Amino acid sequence: MKSGGSLSIWFFIGVSLAVNGAIIFATGLYELASPPEHQVVLYNLHANVWWGAVLLVLGLFFSLRFSPARERARMASNS
Amino acid sequence: MNPALLVLSSASTLVHLSPVDLVIIVFYFALVLAIGLYLKEQANTGEDFFMAGREMTAWVAGLAFLSANLGSLELMGWAGNTYKYGILAAHWYWIGAVPAMLFLALVMMPFYHICKTHSVPGYLRLRFGAGTQTVSSISFAFMTVLMSGINMYAMAVVMRVVLGWNIHVSILVSSVTVAIYVALGGLRSAIFNEVLQFFLIWAGALLIPILGLIEAGGWSGLKAKILVNLTEQHVSNPGAYTHAWSTLGTFTDNPMGINWVGIVFGLGAVISMGYWTTDFLVVQRVLAAKDLRSAKLAPIIGAAFKMMVPFIVILPGLLGLALLRDPHTGSLLRLVPADLAWSDAGQAAGLHSYDEVLPLMLARYCGPGLLGLGITALIAGFMSGMAGNVSAFATVWTYDIYGALINKNASDESKVTMGRWCTIIGVAVSIGTAYLVMNAHSIMDYVQALFSFFIAPLFGTVILGMLWKRATAAGGFWGLFAGTLSSVGMYAWVKVNPDAVKYVALSSQAQDQAQNMFRALWCWLICVVVTVVVSLLTKPKTDAELADLVYGLTPIPHEEKVSVFHRPVFWGVVVAIAFVILQIIFW
Repeated sequence: MKSGGSLSIWFFIGVSLAVNGAIIFATGLYELASPPEHQVVLYNLHANVWWGAVLLVLGLFFSLRFSPARERARMASNS
Repeated sequence: MNPALLVLSSASTLVHLSPVDLVIIVFYFALVLAIGLYLKEQANTGEDFFMAGREMTAWVAGLAFLSANLGSLELMGWAGNTYKYGILAAHWYWIGAVPAMLFLALVMMPFYHICKTHSVPGYLRLRFGAGTQTVSSISFAFMTVLMSGINMYAMAVVMRVVLGWNIHVSILVSSVTVAIYVALGGLRSAIFNEVLQFFLIWAGALLIPILGLIEAGGWSGLKAKILVNLTEQHVSNPGAYTHAWSTLGTFTDNPMGINWVGIVFGLGAVISMGYWTTDFLVVQRVLAAKDLRSAKLAPIIGAAFKMMVPFIVILPGLLGLALLRDPHTGSLLRLVPADLAWSDAGQAAGLHSYDEVLPLMLARYCGPGLLGLGITALIAGFMSGMAGNVSAFATVWTYDIYGALINKNASDESKVTMGRWCTIIGVAVSIGTAYLVMNAHSIMDYVQALFSFFIAPLFGTVILGMLWKRATAAGGFWGLFAGTLSSVGMYAWVKVNPDAVKYVALSSQAQDQAQNMFRALWCWLICVVVTVVVSLLTKPKTDAELADLVYGLTPIPHEEKVSVFHRPVFWGVVVAIAFVILQIIFW
């Protein structure tokens, strides 16, 4: 979409998902190595590891697919 | 405001955020401010600031259309209502949304788009004249600041329950952030953040139903647990909590005290149609679409996702009924109305309100990181809901009150300046209105009361204006006026004399939501009858004056040149079929 500049809304969403996913994934790995004293229900499923990974991959896809460089190139080819 | 809401010890909070959670929350605030600053350069004209340049794609407009309604108010309020009323609450996502969204897309959108109005009151000015525009714009402005206050209240609940943060500080930080990014980037900034919020809400809330269903043993296990728990608590007809339609034959068979007439006609035909087709908060997002096909596709995309929202809102409420237990005693945890939970006795007993079911479920499953994301989703929902109301308020005030009544010769530049100031003033007024909602038993009951006051009669006026060329200016004005007045009157009647509920809602068993549905139905009928009678007694406009405003007098562009998969009507049919299947599954 045209966003009024070279940054697409999908790029912002990608950055948000990627950063949050990376933080959650890393936290999950840390908890695997050092289990917390107070555990949430279904802790054994390690949701933060796989959910963090899903968000990270999705975020990276959006960030790269709608990166400013690609958007500029696409706008240049359309003009 | 209840004093208990203002001063809480850290011991009363559900969870404590870790540094990781705080990083995620701070990152969100930084990102939305960065988006606002980035978009400031693209909000120099009135068309840019108030209409986002009318260049949004169908996907962006559709997700923003849905997200403007999918705030923390929706998440927490409907999860709480599910705990209170069972799966009946899902009707507000299905029959209470999908048919209306499809109707907006396929029937009404062409009129809004072709007449190039800036707002719904703007359409009413073109169709009925300045009087009707004034009534609708003033009532809408009043409603938006109240709704914005509700979002503020929802935010206060999140902060109180989950974090134990100081209410004043959290409200101030969030409000200032909203004021900055909307005042800088206008509607485009609000839309960007709404789409971002849509993804954050799914990312933050989707784990609750997934993990909840695993714990409950799937859908059948969930139903069995609810049945056992409610039977243990001597709740009458506990099976009604997991059936959407089969208990609506009479008023007494379901927890809401409503029958199918209230749901189908009060909710589906009036409240829902009114909200999704005439509430400028949501319609504004679709008006920002780049062309007519995108404008028609956007509500259909919104409807497709709306059908799925119960997975992250209704299901957690049902899971709360099945799984929540007191962590100390192990006995069933029974949530209570907000006024009871927040009374001194309720606080001393550690009671939680219906609206706290979602944060309770979040705390149940989400550890460090995931908890921060879930809280961020709720904060984002709050800020998005508030931004949506404030941006719509700024538009209606600037074009339909300031531009129409105060300064008719206002330049485009002065309108943008007025819009920026309105944004800041709207946020300030919203903070005050947050205090008004503290006495409602449940957030959504209060919201639905507001809708029945302003939205239901407005729908009667707009739909007659679009589909009936004989409707006159006087008919439109007096119909809208009578409808709004009658709705407020019925509300006051029941407040003064609770026995009147058997006349307004046809049953003395009717709960707040049932009263809202029937009140909306009556005031819509009053609006329509008054509009028709007055119109038939007054002189209509000529066909030439109604061109591009009324069905039959407006040439609708055809879509023969696009494939069937690109036609809005095709996807409208697909969504309608999925909607019917869902009703059968959860009958």
